[in-house]
Amino acid sequence: MKKYIILAAFAIAGLSIGCDSDKDYLDLEPTNVLSEETVFNSPDLVVANLADFYNRYYDFGHVDDWRSLSQFNVAFWSTDYGAFENDSWGYGDWGTWDYGYIRQLNLFLERLEASSDLDEELKARFMAEGRFLRASYYFELATRVGGAPLILESLTYDFSGDATYLQYPRSTEAELYDFAIAEVDAIKDDLPSNPDIKGRATKAAALAMQARAALYAGSIANYGQKTPQVSLPGGEVGIPASKAEGYYTKALSAAQQIINGDAGSYSLYMKNPDNLSENFADIFLDKNDNPEAIFVEDYKLQSGKTHGFTIDNQPIFNAEEQSGGSINPSLNLVEAFETLDGEYAPLPNKDASGNFIVYDQAEDIFDNRDARLKGTVIIPGSTWKGRPVDIFAGLQLADGSVVTSPDRGKIDEVPAGSGNFVQVVGSDGPIDGLRYTAQTGFYIRKHLDPKSSSGEIGTRSDVWNIHYRYAEVLLNAAEAAFELDQPEVAAGYMNQVRARAGITVPLDGDDITFDRIAHERYVEFAFEGLYFYDMKRWRIATEVFDGVPITTEEITQNIGDATKRATQPYGIWPYKLYEPGSPDDGKYIYKVVRPNRVRASDRFRLGNYYSEINQGILNNNPLIVKQPNQ
Amino acid sequence: MIHSKKFSIMKINNLYIMLIVAVVCASCEIDNYDEPTAVFSGNIVYQGEPIRVAADEVPFQLYQEGYALKGPFDVWIAQDGSFSSILGPGDFKLKLVDGQGPFKSKIVNQQQLDTIYVDYSGDKQLDIEVDPYYMIRNTDISLSEKTVSASFSLEKILQGEDGKDIETVYLYINRGVLISNRSNNYYVARTQAEDLSDLNNMNLSVDIPDDYNRPYIYARVGVKMVGVEDFIFSEVVKLDL
Repeated sequence: MKKYIILAAFAIAGLSIGCDSDKDYLDLEPTNVLSEETVFNSPDLVVANLADFYNRYYDFGHVDDWRSLSQFNVAFWSTDYGAFENDSWGYGDWGTWDYGYIRQLNLFLERLEASSDLDEELKARFMAEGRFLRASYYFELATRVGGAPLILESLTYDFSGDATYLQYPRSTEAELYDFAIAEVDAIKDDLPSNPDIKGRATKAAALAMQARAALYAGSIANYGQKTPQVSLPGGEVGIPASKAEGYYTKALSAAQQIINGDAGSYSLYMKNPDNLSENFADIFLDKNDNPEAIFVEDYKLQSGKTHGFTIDNQPIFNAEEQSGGSINPSLNLVEAFETLDGEYAPLPNKDASGNFIVYDQAEDIFDNRDARLKGTVIIPGSTWKGRPVDIFAGLQLADGSVVTSPDRGKIDEVPAGSGNFVQVVGSDGPIDGLRYTAQTGFYIRKHLDPKSSSGEIGTRSDVWNIHYRYAEVLLNAAEAAFELDQPEVAAGYMNQVRARAGITVPLDGDDITFDRIAHERYVEFAFEGLYFYDMKRWRIATEVFDGVPITTEEITQNIGDATKRATQPYGIWPYKLYEPGSPDDGKYIYKVVRPNRVRASDRFRLGNYYSEINQGILNNNPLIVKQPNQ
Repeated sequence: MIHSKKFSIMKINNLYIMLIVAVVCASCEIDNYDEPTAVFSGNIVYQGEPIRVAADEVPFQLYQEGYALKGPFDVWIAQDGSFSSILGPGDFKLKLVDGQGPFKSKIVNQQQLDTIYVDYSGDKQLDIEVDPYYMIRNTDISLSEKTVSASFSLEKILQGEDGKDIETVYLYINRGVLISNRSNNYYVARTQAEDLSDLNNMNLSVDIPDDYNRPYIYARVGVKMVGVEDFIFSEVVKLDL
């Protein structure tokens, strides 16, 4: 019995000891989840958090998605004809409404604010980065849908069955722009002024964003008067004209802070002054001390973060995969590149009496053009990855007939029955309706990765996606200066960009017109995703895309006119002359064509200026007003 | 023995199938609404005359109360100004969309504004009265040789602040009966009026393209007003070549 009592006493003692230490035991940190406190007191983990937000940064045009860079008839799509068979865009196109992203950014900022162990300066930088990303997204929202609820704290549902307290009305369009502009003023000095930082927010990135936002807001205030129907009585869409000057002034001063070096030393990329076309292409390829790139999304081989732009767009002949050629830049764009002395001129394919001009080499017709042309577009007769790009549409015989083939690079008997075999069509086309070929006569060069294997599915490309670059800062400054009636200042900035493109005749103040500004942006920023917003904020999209087909005569006229019709992409095809014994044998002529898969002409409706806010959102929140003209 | 086992398995399988059928049938009755059968149709009119627009370009919206999803559905107006839609019975609110169509909606009264209440249980015919900016009158479209000619007059309906000026007037011809300003799929040729000084006496003519090879062609006139996206059209005329 005694034995049992002793045993029981031990057991009780043991249990009570266990009870004591249990308290601590249950308080152990979990080993598979990071707590808020741990994350927001560790610089590395805060950066990891930020990396996720940077990764989800919204950009209209992105190398991840070649279509987003090449819409609106700056190119024909050799692998996707649907866009050229439709005559209008849906009201919901280009919309965005990612309040999940905003909430997570708000939570991030609140939790970071509450953390205590971080170095003060570091914490300020992290806060500034979070606010930069949030302001950038609100700016993006403004450009796509106009005013939207401006939510600056994390909202949480209390499960009461009544969510009305979470419903906020749309802000005015101006308020979103004002917010983005004011945020930059508040945070810019907490960000590093270091041009070596490209992938994260810097002072220059913030100022570049501010300049762009203020410029866009200014032009909506200014040119919005042309389309009074595109507005809402509450100001959710449309900005009063009286605010234009203030915005333009802000845009100019923000851009000038970068130009004056207040945010670190940036300049136009000029490492290869002997070949300005290569130099221009290299802006998008050279990641080593690139003074032009301000803010980018970077990629890295063998890291999982790569993209397939080169796979989708490489010239198809000898390509590294059986794919490529998706973007075929249009004649509309190609002919817009000026001559080196700064004149607008169509590509000279016919002489004054209407006869074809004969060129010795396929590329000769593009001689004496703005160097950006060959930096943006692969033209017939140029080389890619060390081999010639083989673009010609067929053989033109002396009797005027054309011999061609629906097979790339076909070698055929010419004339039939003669026993004489020659190649009758280029190995890169152009062949109407044959995907991967250059159906306009051109391939894209910008963003295309010249590294070996970049066109292979197993390797892919690490060419970065530039969100902001110095040339845009210059041209934003030029446009703001022009609108503020300082044409000399505008000319100064524009001439820097034009000189880099090899144009020898500088502009002076009298030359600066709205059309000049629009044209410079069209050629400099082709395939960078800015064109669409330019069309929208200048309120000329309804004129440029008016649904009327383009005639062959019209396509080569009014080059450099901002409202030149762009409803369809055109092409220009080289034909090889086949006249054995004649001095012209093997030379080239050029014919203007409309790819025959272009079956409709684009029409931009008034309701397209601001993307539709979908019915689900309107149902959930009756305070949201609908867009105009939809 | 084996034989009977097989038999019983089959029986069980049959039982399952019958059960599934029963469940499916039962759920049909419980979950679903009756399919809509009633036809709601009519025209967009001014003083009883249809207003002709581009096909599938001008919608109005119907809202029906009492269901979980509150969104409107769009009814698109055909090119002769008519519409028709098959709906379930109920009370609807009909709303013309601001900025859509070459017309303005009529205000019914200050509470209701321009919303029209529609309530019906079977087929229903309704003409919606609106105020167009213009009406095309006395249209006469004819053919001589390879040229289509049109004469017509334009009557300005909405005056004063609501009124709109004419931007331009077109005569369209097309191989198919659908004709509009939308794209080259909807016309093979068009011509634009150069003189807008006498709206009571408009004359336009357009040549049929040389490569046109059908024995007939359709034509109609379209009017574009300043600041209004949608055109107003005349009736489609079929001409035998």
